[in-house]
Amino acid sequence: MEFPDGLKYSKEHEWVLVEDKAAIIGITEYAQHELGDIVYVELPEVGEKVVKDDPFAAVESVKAVSDVYAPVSGKVLEINDALPESPETINEDPYGDGWMIKVEMTDMDDLKDLMSAEEYAEYIEQQKGADEEEEEEEDEEEEDEKEKK
Amino acid sequence: MRYTPHTPSDKEQMLQAIGLSRIEELVEHIPRSLRERAGISLPQGLTEVAVKKRMAALAAKNATAQDWRLFLGGGIYHHAIPSAVDAIISRSEFSTSYTPYQPEVSQGTLQAMYEFQTLICQLTGMDVANAGLYDGASAAAEAVLMARRLQEGRHRVFLSLSLHPQYRRVIATYLKNLEDVELVETPFTESGGTDVEFLKGHMDEKAMCVVVGYPNFFGVIEDLAVIQEACDRAGALLATVTTEPVSLALLKPPGAWGVDIAVGEGQSLGVPMALGGPGFGFFACQKKFIRSMPGRLAGETVDGEGRRGFVLTLSTREQHIRREKATSNICTSQTLCVLAATVFMATLGKGGMRRLAEVNARRAHRTRERLVKEAGLVPVFTGPFFNEFVLKVSGWAERRARFISNKIVPGIALAEWYPELQDSLLICVTEMNEEEEIEQLARTFCGR
Amino acid sequence: MRERSAGANGRGSDAPLIFESGSPGRSGFFWPEEKGAAELPPELLRDEISGFPEMGEFEVLRHFTGLSHLNFGIESQFYPLGSCTMKYNPKVNEVVARLPGFALLHPLAPPELIQGALELLFQLERMLAEISGMDDVTLQPAAGAQGELTGLMLIRACLAERGNPRRKIIVPDTAHGTNPASSTLCGYEVIQINSNKQGIIEPAAVEQVMDESVAALMITNPNTLGVFEKNIQAIADLVHRRGGLLYLDGANLNALMGIAKPGDMGVDVLHINLHKTFSTPHGGGGPGAGPVGVKAFLRHYLPVPRIQKRDEAYELREDFPKTVGRVRSFFGNFGVLVRAYTYIISLGADGLEETSRMALLNANYLKKKLEETFHLPSTEPCMHECVFTDRHQQKQGVSTLDIAKRLLDYGFHPPTIYFPLVVSGALMIEPTETESRETLDAFADAMISIAREAKENPALVKGAPHTTPVGRLDEARAARRPVLRWEPRKD
Repeated sequence: MEFPDGLKYSKEHEWVLVEDKAAIIGITEYAQHELGDIVYVELPEVGEKVVKDDPFAAVESVKAVSDVYAPVSGKVLEINDALPESPETINEDPYGDGWMIKVEMTDMDDLKDLMSAEEYAEYIEQQKGADEEEEEEEDEEEEDEKEKK
Repeated sequence: MRYTPHTPSDKEQMLQAIGLSRIEELVEHIPRSLRERAGISLPQGLTEVAVKKRMAALAAKNATAQDWRLFLGGGIYHHAIPSAVDAIISRSEFSTSYTPYQPEVSQGTLQAMYEFQTLICQLTGMDVANAGLYDGASAAAEAVLMARRLQEGRHRVFLSLSLHPQYRRVIATYLKNLEDVELVETPFTESGGTDVEFLKGHMDEKAMCVVVGYPNFFGVIEDLAVIQEACDRAGALLATVTTEPVSLALLKPPGAWGVDIAVGEGQSLGVPMALGGPGFGFFACQKKFIRSMPGRLAGETVDGEGRRGFVLTLSTREQHIRREKATSNICTSQTLCVLAATVFMATLGKGGMRRLAEVNARRAHRTRERLVKEAGLVPVFTGPFFNEFVLKVSGWAERRARFISNKIVPGIALAEWYPELQDSLLICVTEMNEEEEIEQLARTFCGR
Repeated sequence: MRERSAGANGRGSDAPLIFESGSPGRSGFFWPEEKGAAELPPELLRDEISGFPEMGEFEVLRHFTGLSHLNFGIESQFYPLGSCTMKYNPKVNEVVARLPGFALLHPLAPPELIQGALELLFQLERMLAEISGMDDVTLQPAAGAQGELTGLMLIRACLAERGNPRRKIIVPDTAHGTNPASSTLCGYEVIQINSNKQGIIEPAAVEQVMDESVAALMITNPNTLGVFEKNIQAIADLVHRRGGLLYLDGANLNALMGIAKPGDMGVDVLHINLHKTFSTPHGGGGPGAGPVGVKAFLRHYLPVPRIQKRDEAYELREDFPKTVGRVRSFFGNFGVLVRAYTYIISLGADGLEETSRMALLNANYLKKKLEETFHLPSTEPCMHECVFTDRHQQKQGVSTLDIAKRLLDYGFHPPTIYFPLVVSGALMIEPTETESRETLDAFADAMISIAREAKENPALVKGAPHTTPVGRLDEARAARRPVLRWEPRKD
């Protein structure tokens, strides 16, 4: 899985490309993979305010709706108009044509909480690891119970 | 009767496999206090013969449209239903399947839903239709709820008083616990249609939508051109409610008038009256509202080898996915009744639907003319109508018994809902009211 | 393995639409032209309905018979869809519902002319009250979800009269999606609480969120894991002590008849899905019926009209000033109510009690047969349904969806999948009481065989179904660019 250097990443699986005071935001390859085929995207309007850690958009797969959380606060400068017509772009090119919005950041300190590509890759591994461990533990418990019986 | 196939030996073997010895062990984890009181105090089961006898006896206490001369409409209509309809909906592949969540083995239901959606679009002249709602009344409520989603900041709903009174009640019940909605009762004029001047005078930037019947509860064909114009000017959405969709094979459909949402009750399209249910609600609207629609939608797609197939789609609007943010809480679509309507409309087709509508309109008009001329009854409203009309029958309370003893129910007395319409009957004539029935009706009104 | 079938009628999935069949001028309806003019102004009339079908009756019949061959139904296939209670729908119910004395009644006929129908409704209310342990019942709601909405409205009306309708409804994470959706529609905010690892609600979890702002807690019992909520009485006490009410989603009543009455558990309001427990056909998604039962103190708020018996006659009464109003036109889905009434008198008390016990026996039997092969997320005793997961099969990359699709090749309808949401990859199996031991054995064999295939030949399972009229359909395409109606080709 690809996590380009030069981008910043959030725990909610958004990426940020910083250009001076502007931030371009999208979702990561990991996020698009977890969601599966994306069929609809709901974006904010230009001029709207987004608040760090609040949802600013929704992406829908066939059987789920997921909120997309703002990694930084700011005002929406641009939205990716092409997405509602061809939402599959997010699956195909999450870091390029699949970008979602561009905002003018109000607090550059917001960036401090974000991860580097390397940190994010590690974070994903940890998350996966945690799930598997829990399963294994439960499986063991199950085995124990069976033996008891 | 018993529909459980378990023999004593089955039970024994199954219990043994589970590792138990008595059936009651299956429930021993439930608190004893509950189990001790759980016995059901009802009579023991009956044979099928006894059941049929009892049910036939109950059925015999009712006045059917077969034995009586019923001139009743008001939202439920007695129409001819081709035998093919019941033959199809009785097929167990349709009647005993569940919601088509596994499309590979539900193409029959899904294709029928898709065909139904298309038929409703054609009949109403709208862009898109869903696969069905509970009934016309809740469909009307859902129309208002959709308008509320689309018209943020506007909270006034103009409900025409010539809309079916039960529908108005259902809408009020659905909306009573929601903030930001206010119902405005909109009067009707001597035409029997909605008072457009009232709308013009009261609608402003707070107007969310207008709901009118088409035809309305009095059978009157509303002047949608002027109502739509008033809505446009105020930025309100216009929703029509059709309880007699057969009329739409003859009348200019809601879509042709620029209506935003067209809903109604579909019973009259091939579903027996059955005391008013089950029928189904239909819901159609303009394409731009698609993602705000309530209810199920079937859509076309392909499989891995490019074969055409149908699936439930845009499901993220629905309760099983979006839960508290769903567009509606509905979880069924009256599918078997919708199938009946699909078979009905396919059988009658373009020519048959038109013929049926014409027969209804002509017979109803002829009947009214006769009652006015021969029995001296007075029309209450002046507006154009389809197959229902309101006549003033002075001294109705005293005359009623005579009709009942002749096995005639000449219409619906409107005073219950409209105190100002004392002695007024809403009379409905369909193709099922034969010449002899109309003769009897006229004669009884003449006091003969 | 069979070739992918072309459908029993030889047309496969390529069945033309009714709009692509027939011939101009054809119709299956014969009615002589009516004399006289309707005198409707020409500007009110439409042209012919463009695109409408033009077919003969026989042609229509063949079309829909062909479509029926593309469906699974319970009379052809075992259909163990969890939470849906796909039991046999007795034929006598259909015969009775079609009697002219029920099918040809007009709802606005004077009450004196529909006494048999009103008697049936009145008695059915009493029967459902007796079975569920409630004091009164309304039959008006058209389906379970409308029943939920009605029930919540009753709660709201009652609390409002006590001074404060309150703001929130507690809904467990195991609940049906209709619970939160109905709460919103009733003007409430939803608070979700989590069940424990066994899928059970702990009183402690309720205690944490239960305060004076909570109107009610909605609980499903047995819950959607098929497990009896053993703490329900304690939870009821907790909720009541803080002035809230307990709502029971009665979707799973099939597990309780003659075993435990919701009314004795502290439940104040419940809805019953007649199309499940009381065996009216599911019809591919309705019509159903969702009667609501209440304790006596909520009686005044029930929808109108109410049917009352005076002397020997039944009458309709609207004069209940505290009523929530009306949720459906006329009397609800009367045809469904007739079937449920017929079912109840057919089985009688003894038959209903046996029904729930056999539903439990069947579910426990299947659970036992499959628990070696599939992962069981809850080890609590199961009632009428049991939930497995795909955890073991995931190791070969085979998911619940794959297992479900592969079952189609074996001629079984799959269980409910991916529900309840709290269980990852859930397979929720509800066999119902009307299935024989042999059918259950055959189904278990198929499941075990699929698990073996998952190990030996996962591609076979992942590519399933192989024998249905169409393969897996592209749902993403359907949702991205929705085509929701046929339109004539523009060429």
